[in-house]
Amino acid sequence: MLKTLFPGELQLGLAQAAVAALAALLVVVAARRRGIHLEKELMIAMVRGLVQIVAVGSILLLLLHAPDWTSVLLLASMIVAAGATSARRAKGMPEAFRVSTYSIACGAGSVIALMTWLGVIDTPITTLVPVGSMLIANAMNTNSLALNRFRSEVLAHVGEIETALALGADRKSSVAPYVQTSFEASLIPAIDSLRSLGIVWIPGLMAGMLLSGARPVYAAIYQFVVLAMIFAASGLTSLVSTLLMRSRVMSPAEQLLLRPEN
Amino acid sequence: MTTADLRPLGAHLQSDAVLLRAECLGRCVPGKILVAGMTFDVRGGETLALVGPSGSGKTSLLRLLNRLDEPTSGTVFLNGADYRQLVPRDLRRRVGMVTQRAYLFPGTVAENLRFGPGQRGEELPDDQVDELLSGVGLVGYAARNVANLSGGEAQRVSFARTLANAPEVLLLDEPTSALDDDAKAEVEGLMQQIVRERGLTCVLVTHDMAQAARLAKRALLLEAGRIVRDGPLEEVPGA
Repeated sequence: MLKTLFPGELQLGLAQAAVAALAALLVVVAARRRGIHLEKELMIAMVRGLVQIVAVGSILLLLLHAPDWTSVLLLASMIVAAGATSARRAKGMPEAFRVSTYSIACGAGSVIALMTWLGVIDTPITTLVPVGSMLIANAMNTNSLALNRFRSEVLAHVGEIETALALGADRKSSVAPYVQTSFEASLIPAIDSLRSLGIVWIPGLMAGMLLSGARPVYAAIYQFVVLAMIFAASGLTSLVSTLLMRSRVMSPAEQLLLRPEN
Repeated sequence: MTTADLRPLGAHLQSDAVLLRAECLGRCVPGKILVAGMTFDVRGGETLALVGPSGSGKTSLLRLLNRLDEPTSGTVFLNGADYRQLVPRDLRRRVGMVTQRAYLFPGTVAENLRFGPGQRGEELPDDQVDELLSGVGLVGYAARNVANLSGGEAQRVSFARTLANAPEVLLLDEPTSALDDDAKAEVEGLMQQIVRERGLTCVLVTHDMAQAARLAKRALLLEAGRIVRDGPLEEVPGA
């Protein structure tokens, strides 16, 4: 129906975005009726998301013929932005931005570099940046989950952690159970995505490849490749993140720094 | 020292040398002085009660004595050694702590008792586990899961777990305040007996002046993070 109303590509895109946003707004209205106020956060997130993705699309258009190394700059900027976004989920955690940025750089950055070097990801900017951004975005989500969970676990177990310290435990073993729980919990979405691939959902990349005429089997295999890379990047990010946070929540004298009053 | 050498009965009974000395010990957090430059001694075998109203700094002071919190001024000397020169986990092994609530780790009673020695790579033998449990009136509890213990039993396990580290000083942070009256009397009686038999040096935080009088001869009265009286318990107002 929209196609007949909006024949131009840009108008059609904007109309589709408006309809999709309307569906999200219906959720907000339903939530509001139950006393849950998501309006402000969702409005900001939607406007930001739209502006950002259109900006990236425009930049990609400009950089279509730019040299390949430009991808490195773009991906590095994305990692820093991902670090800043993720750090907001770790209120009160010491050095959350630095930890998030290092972790995403280590996790997503190393997987992107390795896979590009091996030829799994093509080097042209139009391939490397979109695929790289998928790995960075998923690493960011995993990092947010890991930090958020670790913070909650530590705050909920201050008594147990300080009891372990008071009995002579070192800083690693006193928080070890909470590092493990956070790591495992942060990887649930990535594991579930892999597990349900093709049964519960057909991811966007595969759908896009099919729409652009790729052979279904190759599109399916490449989608698996991308999800496996996402899992590798997410897992490495979460591992680095939880280990870095472990050292940040303890002082050199093995005192717990993250406490409810902070 | 290893846990094979659990402190012999009466080890400190004859000792009246200063074992723990706080010197200008203080801690401030933004906008608040929790502990304001306190200086006091605790002699070997002595039980010192910290008393005072809520928010007077009793628990804050106790947490400084085993360095669970970092002093912002001053220090503590343990047997003459500045505790900042000691490895924190070794300090905390020597200065044990029993908290208001028993935070037992998931597993059996014996596993909890073995936690402290295990941190140093030592295995607490079965006979010492039994001896510790017998000391706190829990004979036959070694294999029990801690999830099935009553509040009083859990606090006794917590006490035995601290003793398994063979500490020189015991910090007791309102150890019976979360218990009902019967359990409170039992746990207090056991603590009094063990502290006396082992000649342990204790610092006890309590808001219960009657308990302070039963367990300690000397008290520090704290108000707003300061010592306002240091002396025999009968000279402390409200005792």
